[in-house]
Amino acid sequence: MKNEIIGNINSVESMGLVDGPGIRYVVFLQGCKLRCLYCHNPETWEINKKCEQITPSELIKKIVRFKSYFGSDGGVTFSGGEPLLQPEFLVECLKLCKKHGIHTAIDTAGVGFGNYDEILNYTDLVILDIKAVDPSEYKKITGLDMDLFNNFLLTCIKLNKKLWIRQVIVPNINDNEESVLKLKNFIKKIKNIDKLELLPYKTLGVHKYKNLHIPYRLEGVLDMDENKCIKLEKILLN
Amino acid sequence: MIDNVEIDVNLKKINDYYSKFKGEKWRKTIDVADFIKENYTEYTGDDSFLSGKSEHTNIVWSKCEKLLKKEMKVRLLDVDLKHLSGIDNFPAGYIDKKNEVIVGLQADAPLKRIINAYGGIRMAKNALNAYNKKMDANNQAIFDQGIRKTHNDGVFDAYTPDIRRARKAGLITGLPDAYGRGRIIGDYRRVALYGIDRLIEEKKLDLNKPEMLDIDSEEKIRLREEVSEQIRALEKIKSMASKYGYDISLPASNAQEAFQWTYFAYLASVKENNGAAMSLGRVSTFLDIYIERDMAEGKLNEIDAQELVDQFTIKLRLVRHLRTPEYDEIFGGDPTWVTESIGGMLDENHSLVTKNSFRFLHSLINLDPSPEPNLTVLWSTNLPENFKKYCAKISILTDSIQYENDDIMRPIYGNDYAIACCVSAMKIGKQMQFFGARCNLAKSLLYSINEGKDEKSGVQVVDGIAKIDDEVLDYNKVKKAYFNTLDKVAKTYVDALNIIHYMHDKYAYEAGQMALHDTHVERLMAFGVAGLSVATDSLSAIKYAKVTPIRNENGIAVDFKIEGEFPKYGNDDDRVDKIAVEIVEYFISTLKKHKLYRNAIHTLSVLTITSNVMYGKKTGATPDGRKAGEAFAPGANPMHGRDCSGALSSLNSVAKIPYANCCQDGVSNTFSIIPNALGHDMDSRVNNLVKILDGYFIQKAQHINVNVLDREKLIDAMNNPDKYPTLTIRVSGYAVNFNKLSRAHQEEVIARTFHEKR
Repeated sequence: MKNEIIGNINSVESMGLVDGPGIRYVVFLQGCKLRCLYCHNPETWEINKKCEQITPSELIKKIVRFKSYFGSDGGVTFSGGEPLLQPEFLVECLKLCKKHGIHTAIDTAGVGFGNYDEILNYTDLVILDIKAVDPSEYKKITGLDMDLFNNFLLTCIKLNKKLWIRQVIVPNINDNEESVLKLKNFIKKIKNIDKLELLPYKTLGVHKYKNLHIPYRLEGVLDMDENKCIKLEKILLN
Repeated sequence: MIDNVEIDVNLKKINDYYSKFKGEKWRKTIDVADFIKENYTEYTGDDSFLSGKSEHTNIVWSKCEKLLKKEMKVRLLDVDLKHLSGIDNFPAGYIDKKNEVIVGLQADAPLKRIINAYGGIRMAKNALNAYNKKMDANNQAIFDQGIRKTHNDGVFDAYTPDIRRARKAGLITGLPDAYGRGRIIGDYRRVALYGIDRLIEEKKLDLNKPEMLDIDSEEKIRLREEVSEQIRALEKIKSMASKYGYDISLPASNAQEAFQWTYFAYLASVKENNGAAMSLGRVSTFLDIYIERDMAEGKLNEIDAQELVDQFTIKLRLVRHLRTPEYDEIFGGDPTWVTESIGGMLDENHSLVTKNSFRFLHSLINLDPSPEPNLTVLWSTNLPENFKKYCAKISILTDSIQYENDDIMRPIYGNDYAIACCVSAMKIGKQMQFFGARCNLAKSLLYSINEGKDEKSGVQVVDGIAKIDDEVLDYNKVKKAYFNTLDKVAKTYVDALNIIHYMHDKYAYEAGQMALHDTHVERLMAFGVAGLSVATDSLSAIKYAKVTPIRNENGIAVDFKIEGEFPKYGNDDDRVDKIAVEIVEYFISTLKKHKLYRNAIHTLSVLTITSNVMYGKKTGATPDGRKAGEAFAPGANPMHGRDCSGALSSLNSVAKIPYANCCQDGVSNTFSIIPNALGHDMDSRVNNLVKILDGYFIQKAQHINVNVLDREKLIDAMNNPDKYPTLTIRVSGYAVNFNKLSRAHQEEVIARTFHEKR
């Protein structure tokens, strides 16, 4: 007998209102390879940390309980951590969602273990966090090379996936016109972008580092000024 | 001869008033629902047609605001000490006669309270004493010398020892045995549509129907007497209106009259009665028909229409009853539950939403947020999208409206029902309620563990409960004992309500309200429960964790040691949510074993109003880890902070509590969410709230209060009340002015789960 796939889930949120269109059930998968300077969910980094172990069919049973709230635009968002790091589980879950007529989104930084064609086949929307467009800047922020990300982005472009592009704006790192213009130039070649957002950096997750005894590398950096962020976003959108 | 001429003239007038209306059935019999169906104009557009408040309204409302501010400080502005309550016992009174478009006050001045002693002279005296006032000596003598007995006296003559014990211990509380029972909705629209004379004529016809002349039971004698009282009450309503210069013998001939006639009918009810909840019914769409007709004839514009609604609303906001400070403490201020039901569907495809549905909600903008009238939207997933969005917008801006599920109530009550008080549905003019307060489910559970003895006083309250002396509590054993306890509680509870409503009919009959019902009404006896989430989590703890009672020297469990985890109600977890369902299903089934006064139908609510704080105070520590004295969650809400899987999981749990045939008097849920968790901007907040409401009600949930606010704002308001004079929040089935809540209530509200963004 084939063993059923098990997912490793950090947590769920039954009412996500900012993680995709409409009202969304958000599944936070455990594990991420990136170590972004400003990450506000460091508790989801550790890949081997055992959290809630759940099969796709168990998870879908929970999700369908919320179908009545989804309306015409809501659905499920697989987030993390990095959802692409559990490809078999993710594919199985996405398939089941589609079987139940539920809109699917993945909220990702595009750094996984491959199998992207199949994953994207069952994904209605990709919310893609572009950490940086300059390879050295990318490495500085995430700790990894940009190749893996490019690989995922190319698959999205190839399959003409609907994309929401996001970037976190952090004081003194990328809160300048030059950086935003670079991003603007980078995404010019991408088709099917449905939405572009710049998210202001927030110190909301800092306390988590203390609890986890992980040194926080942006110590002393204040919340990104929201108005400045809006101004930069306008440059991006115009 | 003159009489006949007059009749002819009147008939001509009536024909003239009715000439533009369609339909036949409502002309032949008293049938307001048919009139609405034939004549209303559904509105599916948006809110852009609405207008601000008129000059007249501005003047009148400014005066009221000053008075309300003053009242907030001194709590009671004035009392009419000379007269006793009654439809026609008071001189006319005005706020600002020149600028009032709708007139009529309970006494001769705004916010002046009247003495209603028929529910209970004791309560009236206590309330007066608290404010150093004294009743007129002659009036007092009527009661002191036993010339007139009150409802309260009658009840206590008949109460059994079991009832007294249960009442004293706080097992069954809030019983309407000391003042008016309320929760009766007269069909106030009938006065506008038919005029008083026609209503009297119909009642007289009823009196002479063969079945009413065949006197073969006490019930028939009583009914004949009651109908005669009703006719007298109708005459009094007419006389009362005449003091304001209006002749309401005939139907209303225009929109202003329709509002005015309807208001006089309602006003009569609050001059006659001091029930806890004196609800209005469902008047907005009915009144819209008159507005539309006048507008079509060019007699009225939008500013005039909104003026009628605003001024009508002002009057409803001024309704007061004479209460003791203790009463105000329990209920958080001065609630009157002037509940108005808005919206709902006519049938599968047509809503009953009219422009007036918008105008009534818009009064919260024109006149600022306010708890009264208790605006209740009858929600259906089929309501026009524009109306849904407008409701959501007003919720977000004012926190002053509640929502109830038309899709589950309409199949039971038809399309012309209204909500009394908070969540109690009834067919307007065809059903009435015998209000029954509530019993304490958590305390009942403790009794099953403590041989029926009260955990606080040690007194034996319920007899015949077996001893449980296990070191660790066994789920099956406790559950069996619990259901056995509920059997006994149900019996005592039914006895109490039968006595109360017998006596209320006898000594404080609501003739004015019942005159605006069909002669043969259906009666619903509304039982209620408090502490459902506490009892549920307690049983879950006993089942899934290890619970060891800590007993005092008398063997009473005064605390509990809980080891291990257990699922908690409010997380969409069937393991525990099923326990909640099982409790309410069992309780209604055991209530139904007992016959009710006047063949009433058993209904049940999960609603605490604000008494969840008081119930908590009176209840010892419970096996779920709740400390002695700690407040219960309100209504059917999960306990504070235990619903930790997100807002929708919490809603899903509450939606499982069955309405039809079980908790058919309502399941109240109060939902608080911070603005940013609902969306970044107004548009997305509105859209998301609409989806939340749709999603919740699709699951057959019955009721939800929506508060969109920050906890910080409430804390600030608690410390700086002057900064927030109109801060209104939904509590449990109604709204309150936050400043009027006691500190304990304010703290309880702040401790509730506020759903936040992750």
